[in-house]
Amino acid sequence: MTETLSNTNENERSLVMSCAVLGAAVGVFGIAFGVGSVAAGGSIAMTCVMSLLVFTGASQFSAVSVIASGGSTAAALGGASLLAARNGVYGLAMSRTLQGSVFSRLVAAQITIDESTAMSTAQTHPRAARTAFWWTGVSVYVFWNLGTLIGALAGSAIDPEQFGLDAAFPAGFVAMVIPHLRHQNGRRAAAIGAVACALTIPFLPPGVPILCAAVGVLVGVKRP
Amino acid sequence: MSWTLVLALSAIAYFFKATGLVVVGGRHLPGAVNRCLDLIPAALVSALIVNSTLGGDDGIVFDARAIGVAAAMLLAAKRAPLVVVIMAGAAVTALARAAGLAA
Repeated sequence: MTETLSNTNENERSLVMSCAVLGAAVGVFGIAFGVGSVAAGGSIAMTCVMSLLVFTGASQFSAVSVIASGGSTAAALGGASLLAARNGVYGLAMSRTLQGSVFSRLVAAQITIDESTAMSTAQTHPRAARTAFWWTGVSVYVFWNLGTLIGALAGSAIDPEQFGLDAAFPAGFVAMVIPHLRHQNGRRAAAIGAVACALTIPFLPPGVPILCAAVGVLVGVKRP
Repeated sequence: MSWTLVLALSAIAYFFKATGLVVVGGRHLPGAVNRCLDLIPAALVSALIVNSTLGGDDGIVFDARAIGVAAAMLLAAKRAPLVVVIMAGAAVTALARAAGLAA
């Protein structure tokens, strides 16, 4: 009995450790976001408030990169909102694990993102699933915002183009898209999205081609 | 970039997160809807790569960014860590630009 208990504590410690390490890794993305956001004309305050309140990386990157390419606020919001919609799915996936008070679920909602959902759903025990969700969510929140601040301060001190920082966004996107290419449907959706975007760039206002790429998700309609 | 964008996106992002967790709760969405939602990142992020690598003032341009992003792709395909991918993408772009390979 004591042995089982100490094993559980041992497992829990190593789980908490992995969650913290994951958060620190995401902090690197935070730095890239901070740099890119000030390069796109955002103030340090706007950049930091966006990370504190929006707190969903892909949407933030998308919004800022559309603005950087000359897109309107509406075009930036469109693509970013589509990317934010998947957090709704994560919320659905987490709703069985997180059955606390309405207040605790409203707090949990803010940290319902790719990383916390992935870490939590990878656990077999409900208790470990809750631990993984909260520790990952909180650690990503802390490091993401810290990284954003560092990046925003550094980015406003240098000339972003001289250091090739305008390529930091697409390079970050490359790293982000890789896990989605493991399944055939993911590869199809990605190919259709990229082609739809490339074909419409010459004709449509900046940012709108990103929305056209959403047609790629329709490969999911058919049962695999 | 504007405060309108920051605050509107904050509201929209929180709306989606809270809807799934608090409002819809344990209910299920149809399978086709779930499968399509799962594919949003693949379709949109690949478009974002194209847009932020090749997007220019007058349509598609190939410049130093394309060289940097090609390097990033090679490294990502070889499972290099995230930080390496981002830094290599930026560094190669900066070098290509400094060498005058492409504007």
